[in-house]
Amino acid sequence: MRMSITRRSVVAAFAAIALSATQLSAQNQAPVVAAASDLQFAVAEIAEAFKVETGKEVRLSMGSTGNFARQIREGAPFQIFMAADEKFIAELHRDGFTRNEGDLYAIGRIVVKVPTGSMLMADGSLESLRKALAEGKITRFAIANPDHAPYGMRAREALIHAGLWEPLQPFLVLGENVSQAAQFALSGNAEGGIIAYSLALSPDLAVKGSHDLIPADWHNPLRQRMVLLKNAGPVAEAFYDYMQSASARQIMERYGFVLPNE
Amino acid sequence: MDWTALSLSLKLAAWTVAILLPVSMLMGRFLAYRSFAGKGLVEALVMLPLVLPPTVFGFYLLVAFGRNSPIGAFWQASFGHQLVFTFEGLVLASVIFNLPFAIQPAQRGFEAIPVEVREAASCCGMSPLRSLYKVELPLAWPGLMTAMVLTFAHTLGEFGIVLMVGGSIPGETRTIAIAIYDRVQGFDDRSAAIMSAVLVAISLVTIALTYWLSARVGRRLS
Repeated sequence: MRMSITRRSVVAAFAAIALSATQLSAQNQAPVVAAASDLQFAVAEIAEAFKVETGKEVRLSMGSTGNFARQIREGAPFQIFMAADEKFIAELHRDGFTRNEGDLYAIGRIVVKVPTGSMLMADGSLESLRKALAEGKITRFAIANPDHAPYGMRAREALIHAGLWEPLQPFLVLGENVSQAAQFALSGNAEGGIIAYSLALSPDLAVKGSHDLIPADWHNPLRQRMVLLKNAGPVAEAFYDYMQSASARQIMERYGFVLPNE
Repeated sequence: MDWTALSLSLKLAAWTVAILLPVSMLMGRFLAYRSFAGKGLVEALVMLPLVLPPTVFGFYLLVAFGRNSPIGAFWQASFGHQLVFTFEGLVLASVIFNLPFAIQPAQRGFEAIPVEVREAASCCGMSPLRSLYKVELPLAWPGLMTAMVLTFAHTLGEFGIVLMVGGSIPGETRTIAIAIYDRVQGFDDRSAAIMSAVLVAISLVTIALTYWLSARVGRRLS
């Protein structure tokens, strides 16, 4: 008898969970924006401002541009795609996944970031890295995965430009995206890494070490383009327009992005 | 604290348990009592998700559920929307990757019933269905209970497969494990720590509850 009460309460608990979750799904109609990891903090702030100004909400999914492009091809229900590299947008557009060719919204920069107490200096010329490598003092150096993450590709180009790509090979640790690379660089287990300027400028990361810009002509420009996907609805359109508004541009500038001319 | 993600994880776990309870009862009982050609192969297939790396398994599921696959195309034609990157896709993936956690303990539960007990039930004129309900299920209950709790707890914690098949869509496929990963990526260590603690607490309570329940059942049966 007592057993059947316990059994009933287990069933009731499952039913309650299922019910509450169904109610929850009704309120989740806000469009999903797939945004490159370097936008982590900037876009979160812009989405917040958008909500305050318009009362409308978007849901943010952060990750690597290459991963998002693949997921969009598999049918992921994103309505806006904000890539860190316009090449991915062009390919999606060519294959008919996007509404148009989209708009350039920012040009990103990369920085050397070293954690507090690292034996490396944060210098954009990478001289300190070169010296530490020669002295065998590097154990780990973090970049985003150059196979699919645009910031990783630019980091590789910069390292190749400096002639450090080959000697650095045994010490590289690759993040799945630039945010994870930053995580690795600041974990205390690496001497540093090459990450997005926009992440280095965020208050959370700024306190954890120092950074210095890598010369912009050492790598191809990080031309960041966004686009509305085929299934974009009115809220997604409104957010897309808002990205080009003065308030959003101001936030982007604060995170170190170079903005395209009006 | 991302309540949406937590509630989504609980919902996913509840659905997985609800679907796998009858499956593990039937499959576990079948594997426990019957011997047939290729039984070893079936048992190996059931165990496969346990040893495959989640990303490998997730990749296969992504391909198998994708819109170009027969399963994906069938789903699209039947329900008018795709299977990958949806909650339904997650449930299906979750059912598959939990097969070993559900079927194995259930099978052990049924195996523990002495064959004399089942023979006695049948000699007393009990129909197989009545014997199942009156004799076997009460005896195999600890095994089934373990199966369901493992499935529940394992679903809450699964990460790689969920990320591959689900993406990370807030309110649809971003489970608590993925929300924690996202928070760590966002350098929001505080939220990640809180969510992790909540997840640990829920798992602990779930497992403790099982031990408590099976102890009670054990006392009642002995």
